Amino acid sequence: MDQHRRDFLSQAGQFIVLTGAASLAWDAVLAGAPQEAPNYVTTDHWWGMIIDIEKCIGCGNCVRACKAENDVPTDEPGCYRTWVERYQVRPDDPDHPIVDSPDGAYDGFPAIDQPGDGLKVFFVPKLCNHCAHSPCVQVCPVGATFESPDGVVLVDKDRCLGCRYCVQACPYGCRFIDPRTHTADKCTLCYHRITKGLTTACCEACPTGARQLADLKNPDDPVHEFLRTHKVHVLKPELATGAKAYYNGLDGSVR
Amino acid sequence: MPGVEGYIYPNEVELQWSILIVLYPYITGLVAGAFILASLERVFNVVAVRPTYRLALLTALAFLIVAPLPLQLHLGHPERSFEMYLTPHRESAMAMFGFVYLWYLMAVLVLEIWFDYRKDLVLTRRASTGLKRWVYGALTLWSDDISEEALRADERIGRIITIVGIPSAFLLHGYVGFIFGSVKANPWWSTPLMPVVFLFSAIVSGIAAVMLIYMGLSRLRKVPMDMRCLDTIASYLFYAFLIDFSLEMLDLIHRLYEADESLQALDFMVKTRLFVSQIVVQILVGTLVPIALLGLTQLVRFGDATRRWIYASAGLLTLIGIFAMRWNVVIGGQLFSKSFLGYTTYKLAFATREGLLPAILLMLLPFAILAVLVRVLPPWEKTDAHAGA
Repeated sequence: MDQHRRDFLSQAGQFIVLTGAASLAWDAVLAGAPQEAPNYVTTDHWWGMIIDIEKCIGCGNCVRACKAENDVPTDEPGCYRTWVERYQVRPDDPDHPIVDSPDGAYDGFPAIDQPGDGLKVFFVPKLCNHCAHSPCVQVCPVGATFESPDGVVLVDKDRCLGCRYCVQACPYGCRFIDPRTHTADKCTLCYHRITKGLTTACCEACPTGARQLADLKNPDDPVHEFLRTHKVHVLKPELATGAKAYYNGLDGSVR
Repeated sequence: MPGVEGYIYPNEVELQWSILIVLYPYITGLVAGAFILASLERVFNVVAVRPTYRLALLTALAFLIVAPLPLQLHLGHPERSFEMYLTPHRESAMAMFGFVYLWYLMAVLVLEIWFDYRKDLVLTRRASTGLKRWVYGALTLWSDDISEEALRADERIGRIITIVGIPSAFLLHGYVGFIFGSVKANPWWSTPLMPVVFLFSAIVSGIAAVMLIYMGLSRLRKVPMDMRCLDTIASYLFYAFLIDFSLEMLDLIHRLYEADESLQALDFMVKTRLFVSQIVVQILVGTLVPIALLGLTQLVRFGDATRRWIYASAGLLTLIGIFAMRWNVVIGGQLFSKSFLGYTTYKLAFATREGLLPAILLMLLPFAILAVLVRVLPPWEKTDAHAGA
């Protein structure tokens, strides 16, 4: 009898403590949960992107789609979750390329004045590299920016102090301060879309398929075949950030 | 785009860290330097600098109180800054700085000042009435024991705190250097020498500041300056400056000789946009001239009045030079694109949240605090007593 009573008291105690803890933690549980995506299991995915420079035509569709989809300010300078650069490289001087990206290529590029001047010209779409060892995540004093279990670097705008240390720490210039919220902003890899089985806005809008969302944990994803059959590179590999934006046909002059 | 040369990433049009972030290492540097000067008397028994011992502690406290304000003013969400203490990200240099700061303020500086002043506070309380009596009672935490034994204990504890305090001061400012030195994305900042250079420049600026404040206050109080004290401080300033300058040159020579891919961008920057603030103000006017002036006093025997003038000029130039050094690190580190293909310009506004006006006010604030501290905790009596002993 005593044994039963002890068990009961112990179980009741555990129940009270645990439900108390759960109710206290409930807000945090809700806040930390991704947007409703009932069938999405974060640990089943590891996201990255393939960017095929050979295919990019510099139309700026991706930039416009990103701004529209993610409500990125268009009237303020310096607010880009993605942008496209145009490189003009003199074959004998790869260290001094001429680079431009007017308004991040929101309206594409103006024609080059002197065609046939012997320059090598190509476009390089840029976005957050969703580094596996993100220098931006490392420096955040409050952990407002973090790597999700599925390999996406995100910012919690309700926690961000706006100290801008992460902007300094990103070697690729992918972060900015949202002038409306005074917090750090960056590419989320359209997390609200990819967790529902959709691709990103930029990938969807790309007319040539130069950008492709890649799930490196999905054995059926064509990324594996692509990585096996192409010579790919990441930006600034010497910084060992674990960048997951894989570029095909990346020229050595690209910074 | 106006002010932009070459190609910068589209998100780099705005400079992230303003003049307020220049003040932050400048002010913490003054704190660390002033404390280290104070420690000389206490730990190494350098009797000559005794007249500045308490003044140095109060100076350190006045500046330390102001140190977080420029950061606070700069934040996009200052109301969330306390989160750094509640939910710190342990890998972040900036988050850990909050704890180093708090440790230094509460466990080192305030405690050391309290133990050092306890006897004076008790005596002042006993000699006063009304509100003043209550205030000093509160400052003593209502401990009234100034027996020989209690004072010996104070002295012993004070000494232990100072011994703990020296590495803490090193940590405080070395850490500020680490905040910059550990950013691998930025080759202008990213060097393991950064904390060491910051530390020595901190010592230099702190010594110069305390020396100038001592001279200024002696003037105001119309009391003669202790020349032995000034000579000793000036010689410390000279030697600390030599080490600091050597370290900075080592960094520069290393960069020039290694000549990695960032050098082209940095070299261009130093020769153009940073030429005045780096070559002219920091290196020539703010370093070589004061070193030459101080060196001269080591070689030639000048009269008291001349030496005072030399010390005052050298001290002032030193403070300008170290400020320029902080400027060149913080602002200079943001003038080139991380693409190494272009440069931008820093536009300093005046009466905005991060403009020149708040920066000037923030630099004046420690002096206002010091004026109050000197009233409440007069740093003179004990030193005069020492001088008489």
